Amino acid sequence: MYGRKVKLRFLFVVIIFITLILTVFLVLKSLEQNVVYFQSPSEIKSSVELNKSKIRVGGMVKKNSISINVKEISFIITDFKNEINVIYRGAVPNLFEEEKGVVAEGFLKDRNFLSATKILAKHDENYMPPEVKAALEEN
Amino acid sequence: MFYSSIGHYSLILGLCISLILIYFSVKNFKNSTILNTKILSFTFLQFFLVVISFICLIISFVLSDFSNETVFNNSHTTKPLFYKIAGTWGNHEGSLLLWLLVLTLFIFIFFLKTKNQPLKYKLLTLIFQQIIIIGFFLFLIETSNPFNYIYPMPEEGMGLNPILQDPALAIHPPILYLGYVGSSIIFSSALAATYLNIVSNVWASHIKKWIVVSWVFLTLGILLGSIWAYYELGWGGFWFWDPVENVSLMPWLALTTLLHCILVLEKKQVLTSWVIILSISTFTLSMCGTFLVRSGILNSVHTFANDPERGLFILVFLFSLICVSLFIFFFFHKSSQNNLNSFFWLSKETSIIINNWFMMYFLSVVLIGTIYPIFLDVLSSQKISVGPPFYHKLIIPFLIPFLIAMAIGPKLKWIKSNIVDKVYLILLLVISIVLSFLIVKKFDFNLLLNTILVSSALYLFFITLREFFIKKYSNISQNIAHFGFSLLILSILFNNLFSSEIITNLKVGETFTSSKTKIVFKSINQKKEKNYKSIIANFSIENLDGIIDNLSPELRIYNQPNIVTSEADIKTTLLSDKFIVINIVQNQDYFNVRYQVKPFMLWIWLSVILISFGGLISFFKKEYEK
Repeated sequence: MYGRKVKLRFLFVVIIFITLILTVFLVLKSLEQNVVYFQSPSEIKSSVELNKSKIRVGGMVKKNSISINVKEISFIITDFKNEINVIYRGAVPNLFEEEKGVVAEGFLKDRNFLSATKILAKHDENYMPPEVKAALEEN
Repeated sequence: MFYSSIGHYSLILGLCISLILIYFSVKNFKNSTILNTKILSFTFLQFFLVVISFICLIISFVLSDFSNETVFNNSHTTKPLFYKIAGTWGNHEGSLLLWLLVLTLFIFIFFLKTKNQPLKYKLLTLIFQQIIIIGFFLFLIETSNPFNYIYPMPEEGMGLNPILQDPALAIHPPILYLGYVGSSIIFSSALAATYLNIVSNVWASHIKKWIVVSWVFLTLGILLGSIWAYYELGWGGFWFWDPVENVSLMPWLALTTLLHCILVLEKKQVLTSWVIILSISTFTLSMCGTFLVRSGILNSVHTFANDPERGLFILVFLFSLICVSLFIFFFFHKSSQNNLNSFFWLSKETSIIINNWFMMYFLSVVLIGTIYPIFLDVLSSQKISVGPPFYHKLIIPFLIPFLIAMAIGPKLKWIKSNIVDKVYLILLLVISIVLSFLIVKKFDFNLLLNTILVSSALYLFFITLREFFIKKYSNISQNIAHFGFSLLILSILFNNLFSSEIITNLKVGETFTSSKTKIVFKSINQKKEKNYKSIIANFSIENLDGIIDNLSPELRIYNQPNIVTSEADIKTTLLSDKFIVINIVQNQDYFNVRYQVKPFMLWIWLSVILISFGGLISFFKKEYEK
């Protein structure tokens, strides 16, 4: 019915279309699995189900809460309403200080305890991660 | 005070000249066949005025004239002279002035160097370019004037962020801007050529030079930023898939694709629409990056001040540019149907197109990963971040066919002709697979994927290496660039596979011992410099094989602004980098120590230089080999 050329072109369009759909599907699927959600200590406390995947927690480092030994650093992140204990093995950024904003990335052990794999760097003394700012403003 | 006024008025004059230039160009475009000589002199005058304004800003910085708001916010009397000068473009206002400077310089060079092109095309390019220049002039004068006064004049400035006080970062912005702004010429020229319907091989070989120049500078600019992040931020790596890095990678991917397409267009007169789309998107992506970074939507060291007005301005400007370019593309572009029949499917050109699609795929992955969190935040106020696993998972599998196509593609011509070469092609593939299997086998994780990855990179490596010895087919610039790329991928792979890291907290005098390494924290001493105090820690590190390295990382406590930075100490050898960085934790005796052994770091930098060197050679080559 149709010429060979038309058939070929039709096939070509179909192939491109399928590839496109497949690509978008794959990208979104993998995005779903690999994003890291941000939560404040209060949100963790009030959450119904404990988040099993990697999360980020932001807030202030509580005063006099940092303690350190050869292996690890522990401290408390607070949003002035709720607190969470953090244990961390790894390198700390330059401006990690008490009563300064911080973002810790890691896995929750329970509602009061985060085992961090990364602490995020800040770039200057005035800089407050926007997530932390938002979390603090909510309270 | 005095210099600020001169600078300010030169800017306003420069803006007026833009309007005059547009007037003359439109007049000339309609009537005459000879170039109005006034246009050239006015283009030069405009460049000259921006230079004056830029020099005024530099002088204000050098003299520490704190009546100028930009100087006050970003400088300090105790800052070394080098960083007073480099600080001129280490802030929002100054860097925009630099951007404008490059814009006016490039359009002037464009006019001087463009010969054998229709006059109308030159004029139209000038008009488009002047529209962009006017946009930047207005943006600069209205929202980010570098010459604002403060009264009364403050005694002392706020100082420059110490992590920006670094030689690599002093030249990173100018180099990167040469790349970004070069893409604006490509943009204007592509629009002009579309409007006049002269998108052809003659146009392609003319604009190719500009594409190559922008590409070389963009590559080097990204390299400098990456080197800086490696030794200054102490994150222990060279690429973090940070949004700010991604926005520079996106125009690079588009530009690289364009660079390959333009070669096809030059020879075969096909892919015209594709070339135009890529020219438009390269510049749009550069502007998008500027918008995301400067508006404070993405937080980074590049966010100098959060001012919604600025973000809005760039957004509106960007939006109108996209609209104009799409309008021109859809209404004036006539795609040519000729020559399509001469397109043999198993050819060099096909492989370029295949790799183009891969590049576009990589580009969309980076784009989605970068902007998805922003959209989600706006739509549902849910805050997320997209980390390296996302990019690795989506990019690495497709890197394999990409590398193989890159290896075989340029050789497709002689697949048809020569039987000996076919044998070589297969032989090299077998060698690569066996070799990489032997290398990866020692490290048993993820054996299959890593073997395939390493072998495809090795394959490209061998093929391009062999090409250097058979001169007959060689296109030297392409081969150098591709060789560099294979070296880059290999170095990155080995770097990832064989890196090791120790993170521990130590007091002075303590020793950390693991099965392979012994780290002794010997002592600390202090030093006082003009604008910072430094604490220097002395470590000696003993490896399994008894080699002892002495490394002395440093902590700098700057006085203005009051910031602590870590200066890593890196011992670089041909095979690997030994990297150590320390940090203090408030009120504690412990120092946080991070020690890394990173193989082939040097080769990552060298291979990127090699890649851009390939581009440079093709720029200086007169005739492209057929």
